Amino acid sequence: MTVGVIMLVHENLHRAEQLARHWVAGGCPVVIHVDSNVPDTTFKPFVAALGDEPKVKFSTRHRCEWGMWGLVAATLDASQILLDNFPEVRHVYLASGACMPLRPVQDLTAYLDRHPDTDFIESVSTAEANWAVDGLEIERFTLRFPFSWRKHRLLFDAYVNLQRRLRVKRKIPNGLIPHIGSQWWCLTRETLSQILRNPNRKATDRFFRRSWIPDETYFQTLSRRFARNLESRSLTLTKFDYRGRPHVFYDDHLRLLQRSNCFVARKIWPRADKLFDTFLRTSNDSPNTTEPQPDKINRLLAKASERRLKGRPGLAMQSRYPSRAAVRSQTAGHYAVFVGFSDLFEEFQPWLGQTLETITHGHLFAPERVEFANDATVYKGAMSDSAQVRDYNCGCFLRNLMWNSRGTHQSFHYRPFDTPKAYLNFVNDPHATIVIISGAWLLRYFHSGADISEMREDIAEKQKVERMYLRAFEDNTSKAQVRIWTLADFLTDRVDYMRSALDLVQPGAGQAMHSMPNLVDLTGFGAFLEALKNQGLYQKRVGDYKEDDSAPAQRAARPRPYIVN
Amino acid sequence: MGLAESYRLRLIRKRLRLRALRKSRELHPVQNRTKSITPGAQLLFCTLRDELVRLPYFYEYYRNLGVDHFLMVDNGSQDGTREFLADQPDTSVWHAKGLYRKARFGVDWLNFLQRKYAHGHWSLVVDPDEFLVFPYCDSRPLSALTDWLDTSEIRSFSAMLLDMYPKGALEKFQYKSGQNPFEVAKWFDSGNYTIEKNPLYGNLWIQGGPRARVYFADAPKQAPALNKVPLVKWNKSYVYVSSTHLILPRGLNRVYESAGGEKPSGMLLHAKFLNTLSDKANEELRRNQHYAHGREYQRYNKKLNSKEHLWCSWSEEYINWRQLEVLGLMSKGSWA
Repeated sequence: MTVGVIMLVHENLHRAEQLARHWVAGGCPVVIHVDSNVPDTTFKPFVAALGDEPKVKFSTRHRCEWGMWGLVAATLDASQILLDNFPEVRHVYLASGACMPLRPVQDLTAYLDRHPDTDFIESVSTAEANWAVDGLEIERFTLRFPFSWRKHRLLFDAYVNLQRRLRVKRKIPNGLIPHIGSQWWCLTRETLSQILRNPNRKATDRFFRRSWIPDETYFQTLSRRFARNLESRSLTLTKFDYRGRPHVFYDDHLRLLQRSNCFVARKIWPRADKLFDTFLRTSNDSPNTTEPQPDKINRLLAKASERRLKGRPGLAMQSRYPSRAAVRSQTAGHYAVFVGFSDLFEEFQPWLGQTLETITHGHLFAPERVEFANDATVYKGAMSDSAQVRDYNCGCFLRNLMWNSRGTHQSFHYRPFDTPKAYLNFVNDPHATIVIISGAWLLRYFHSGADISEMREDIAEKQKVERMYLRAFEDNTSKAQVRIWTLADFLTDRVDYMRSALDLVQPGAGQAMHSMPNLVDLTGFGAFLEALKNQGLYQKRVGDYKEDDSAPAQRAARPRPYIVN
Repeated sequence: MGLAESYRLRLIRKRLRLRALRKSRELHPVQNRTKSITPGAQLLFCTLRDELVRLPYFYEYYRNLGVDHFLMVDNGSQDGTREFLADQPDTSVWHAKGLYRKARFGVDWLNFLQRKYAHGHWSLVVDPDEFLVFPYCDSRPLSALTDWLDTSEIRSFSAMLLDMYPKGALEKFQYKSGQNPFEVAKWFDSGNYTIEKNPLYGNLWIQGGPRARVYFADAPKQAPALNKVPLVKWNKSYVYVSSTHLILPRGLNRVYESAGGEKPSGMLLHAKFLNTLSDKANEELRRNQHYAHGREYQRYNKKLNSKEHLWCSWSEEYINWRQLEVLGLMSKGSWA
């Protein structure tokens, strides 16, 4: 007993010829259906070329348009010829000109010998199936589809909508339960004969003729009715992409296909010479009885669809440019922004590097140049430290930095002296943790020792900048994690607050902290604030600062001028 | 997009087509073998001048990818470029007498030729120093890509320009004809590109790379555009607006996904930064035939004379397309 093959062919006839000869060489008779769209000038030489093979027959040609009845009609005719002409056939395998047998035909025959009564056809009830990409499930059956989806899309859609509005519901003929599944099946002679001899065949065919994609429903539904032993899976490996188009295999998939142990795979790219040469070589090995294992291929294709639909988070490039609404975050990883810390503590940056698992940059948005970690003039991804290049597009700058350092946590500083609107790029980023000691930037003016009246305007301006970004940080709609202390508040319990700031950045880091960075010299800062106030500059954001709050331990070291940066 | 805007774009497209027709009078066939173009053939279009030294490798590379026919416009070469081209059996050559600048840097000539010969074909437009890299290009020919694009109903394919440069001074290495330029210029910048969306044409405007980092560090806005759509299933009604950066109708510029996923894309490796550049820069400055009066070449000239190099400690050494994919410069999309 053997397997008979029906081949549906509509292009690349030279490949079809190769495939037919391969099946025949393996002992399988073949009935070929060639789409009537193929011109006679191509068809006739094809028939002639296969004239020397008595086990190859040709069936009546139908016009096969995707989604239409022609494919089923062609399959039915070819089945009849196959069953009538080759009594040795016990199983019938439906294949196409792009279906490649991956294992020796003997493997398949041996496998079917072990399952003599089993029909292999994917057949899923429409009630539970989430099978189709197009969203039409039961409507595939209950509506009429006289228009081609490929050629007359507008008519197709309009007619579907019209029928929906008119509540058209065709009656499914006597006792059939609609099932959907892959077009490529392998049925037993018995089941197939019953489908062909079905006493209600006329009514059934009339019904399916107007249904949608009958090649995925006709045999799937009827075999449910007639089969004795049905396994709902296809022996042909067919994978569809996210839009329901079949995946194509190329030469570089050779190993993957070989290891899959599948009997047949589609679609094979017609110019994949290496695949054709390898798989169509007749082998004399003793039959291999391993079961198909398409897991690796499934994984590869699932990954490909994910890449297309989801992409790599935090990446912006020529073919991925997500809108703000489309993604949760525009950056690739978590980072912390410290505001005011470097003004209040000496050597804060090296200390931070020892305390947190993070890359510690300086003021990334400093006016002179980008202060990358370790004072690099050029950074990962060949990022320039030029302030102009950075300010040309701060959003891209930040996104690039995070993408180039993906996998590591980043920290940087920010303050009113920096590029004023740069904060807009992280204030709404859920990957950002922003910890702020407001008013601390004033220490830079305090330590400069310059005359207050000279600095007055400058301070007023920076104050405005601070007010602006604090307002944004405090906004409830901000998606970043934000914690703000006033300078005065922070000083009241700086060890505790430092711990909670670190914990916010990296949970647990605060508890693990074993030393505090040194405070800058604050002697006289209270008087400085008082003087500012007298000049009309009330520093509300510093908080309720009292001279005594500063650390007594620091006093020993003074007096010395301290200038941050 | 409003009706008015879309009508405006239609007018621009019509104007450009007329312009191409007018400029086509400057084209004189040297060797026309376009009769040998078969249906489904992959076509390559290129405008060039005095590029003889590059051509042997250029041909080797693109024939290898599976380009079937080369349609070349020679803009007054003096070095034997035209003769070389006319000798190639798979090439049609036109001689363009006009000024490169006045033909909008060759776009008008090519728009005309594409309209005439590329209708219904996949058409690749590149400069002689641009080399297309696409997903799986080391194991699949260009036709595998275009077949797949056809079945996926994708009409245009993005390939960003990637400036490649050597380590050290450009003059240090002598480029020999026939040599793979990326044996020398094998370094590139992997992650310093800025992207902005052009609301009218719907394309992404990408800048950055070594030119922005070194030559335009003080004026990044002037840095050259790197976004390109060089591979298009051509239709008579299409026109390139500005080099291959922009194309109309504007749907063809939508080569990127904005809902979070990645569309497939490739790269154009740019072999501009070789020892041949300084001669070219001098020559092009003299001719004054380039974009914005050769602003770019002025800068090259200035910088080439100084000791500044393009290479830096974070430059990436080119290995293959997979590396570009991992770095996030191009994408396989859903092609597996």
